[in-house]
Amino acid sequence: MNEPDIRDIWVYLSASPLLGLTITLIAYGLAYRLYLKANSSPFLNPVLTSVVMLIGLLMVTGTAYSRYFEGAQFVHFLLGPATVALAVPLYDQFARLRALWLPITISLVCGVLVAAGSSIGLAWLLGGSLEIQMSLAPKSATAPVAMGIADTIGGIPSLTAVLTVLTGITGAVTGTRLFELMRIRDDSVKGIAMGVAAHGIGTARAFQVSNQMGAFSGLAMALSAFATALLVPWLVDLMGI
Amino acid sequence: MNFLNGITLLLAYQLVGEVAVRLLGLPIPGPVLGMIMLFATLLIRGNTPEPLNTASSALLSHLSLLFVPAGVGMMVHFDRIAAEWLPITLALFLSTLITMVATAGIMHFTSGWLAPKSVGPEGSEGAGKDE
Repeated sequence: MNEPDIRDIWVYLSASPLLGLTITLIAYGLAYRLYLKANSSPFLNPVLTSVVMLIGLLMVTGTAYSRYFEGAQFVHFLLGPATVALAVPLYDQFARLRALWLPITISLVCGVLVAAGSSIGLAWLLGGSLEIQMSLAPKSATAPVAMGIADTIGGIPSLTAVLTVLTGITGAVTGTRLFELMRIRDDSVKGIAMGVAAHGIGTARAFQVSNQMGAFSGLAMALSAFATALLVPWLVDLMGI
Repeated sequence: MNFLNGITLLLAYQLVGEVAVRLLGLPIPGPVLGMIMLFATLLIRGNTPEPLNTASSALLSHLSLLFVPAGVGMMVHFDRIAAEWLPITLALFLSTLITMVATAGIMHFTSGWLAPKSVGPEGSEGAGKDE
């Protein structure tokens, strides 16, 4: 008698940040194992798989995102120090960076303009609303930057955060195959393209290929955050929006 | 102790970055400024202290985990995404591919023309886990 009702336990747990944090780590752990089992197939990108698992779980249990995020914010918070930590691999690659500063600068500026221009243009062509065009424009920058820019140009910041993650996943899933098709073998070239197009998630994928690709991707992500903040509002003005 | 000292250092740089961005009204996020400042510090120092190496490789080895909570936020926007799914998904997907192809192409050609040939294709040290 007096056995605890499973629902009471659930009510207790779902009110505590412990659950959101633990299921995030478990889902990612499972997703990562699955990814390794599949010989690191980019289609089983661990971010994608764990996001799908977690959304499924939250919907089945009727848990609100805000409730989940009370726990998950502890993981989310680490994005800050992880961004700062990118200085270390960057420093390790300094010799190559210095030799390549001019091509890097040119590719970066062009890449950022292509990312914003093509997403605005394509969304417009396909009948997307102005809000959607403006939410998509900064999607290749790292999430906190992209959200700030979306706010200044008339997009929806929280939607931009999601579009940014989806962009990162797209880049991480398709990038290495795309570079193979282009016959590009230089890890510094691949890293720059990955970081400009797919920010931190692309950079995480790049580190799985090599430290060099990761370092260049991290650099490109950091610099394109600057470039996006400076160039995208200007581009939007220029396009007369 | 190494990990703790390293993470403290990272948080301190982030904190200084956040404060500076707000004080100066800069258009970039605090952690990005913190990264630039840490990079400058390492350049001046001439090497990476061991605690910093420990903490940064621990954080960066599972960088993708840190994006999971934001990705789950997709569920909040299901209605909006459903209403405009075609422009959203196609523009997002194609634009990302176009950006990667364009950036890789430009970097490939410009580095062929503009970079001194003396630098070899492999990084000097630290590149240990190539596929």
